[in-house]
Amino acid sequence: MVATSTKSSFWRGFRTGVPFLMVIIPFGLLFGIVATDAGMSSFEALAFSVVVIAGAAQFTAVQLLQDQAPMVVVLASAIAVNLRMAMYSASMTPHLGRLPLWKRAMTAYFLVDQVYASAILEYEERPQLTLAEKFAFFMGVVTPICLPWYVATVAGTIVGNAIPPELGLDFAVPITFLAMIGPMLRTRAHVWAAIAAVAGALAFVWLPFNLGLMVGAIAGMITGAYAETRSEEAKA
Amino acid sequence: MIPEWKIWLTIIGLGAASFGLRFVFLGLIGDRAMPEWVLRHLRYTAVAVLPALIAPLVLWPSATGGTFDPLRFTAAMATLVVGYKTRNVVASILAGAAILISGNYLLP
Repeated sequence: MVATSTKSSFWRGFRTGVPFLMVIIPFGLLFGIVATDAGMSSFEALAFSVVVIAGAAQFTAVQLLQDQAPMVVVLASAIAVNLRMAMYSASMTPHLGRLPLWKRAMTAYFLVDQVYASAILEYEERPQLTLAEKFAFFMGVVTPICLPWYVATVAGTIVGNAIPPELGLDFAVPITFLAMIGPMLRTRAHVWAAIAAVAGALAFVWLPFNLGLMVGAIAGMITGAYAETRSEEAKA
Repeated sequence: MIPEWKIWLTIIGLGAASFGLRFVFLGLIGDRAMPEWVLRHLRYTAVAVLPALIAPLVLWPSATGGTFDPLRFTAAMATLVVGYKTRNVVASILAGAAILISGNYLLP
């Protein structure tokens, strides 16, 4: 019985992850192409995608390496791009914190944007899921997202040619995230959080190291929490 | 040409830092209870980080050199509205992609 429910959670996660192939494959290819252009070998590009496993930070790092930026600037900029991952980690903790340490480490390694967004949406929509089902769903989403990321990176270093610009692939990331934000707007507090986050991010877009994102994110979380408190008081 | 050592230092340094950021709360807090006010803020993490991440990309897309693009903006808004109304992620992606791709082929 237990095995059946975790198996079905895994496959539901897998099906949730499949549409992201539309983003993961082109961007993995693109990273392979960019890394090759920067003079990296297929093995080095693959090591990048396996060890770092964070698209935006990888592109940032390779761009800065190519611009001959000092090592400290390369690392600081790419790490700043990834600061949001700490927020994902905190947000997953109430759901997956009871897992054994090695499974939490595994979750942490695979905690990329698309996996996080899919998992949190599932956990909020199905609060009755058990810990084992939540972990199975997580690994289900990981399978069609993270494994193709490695393969596509290597393929990009081999094929190395451009993708037709008419497909508008530069916009695949915004479109897939927007598609997940819609269903996340469940209450008025969620809507206010999103509006405040957008306003903060746009107002502070001039900050270096992509820190406007952090300002917007924190503004959104505080606004959401405040709106939730207000609506509870209104009910009480 | 980028020196080998710089490539490997970046891979290892950035890999360690990225894992550290993803592990920090899951690993250190684990199953210990967090105060209610912290949990209340965490409930809005996704709905705050993701819009903040993409808002600048929607208004000033990198493909147009940072210039506002009515087609990309329309596709973005259609995706958001379909996602909000249908609660269906795939339908919403397809709506946005259909507008973007058809617009790129049909518009001059």
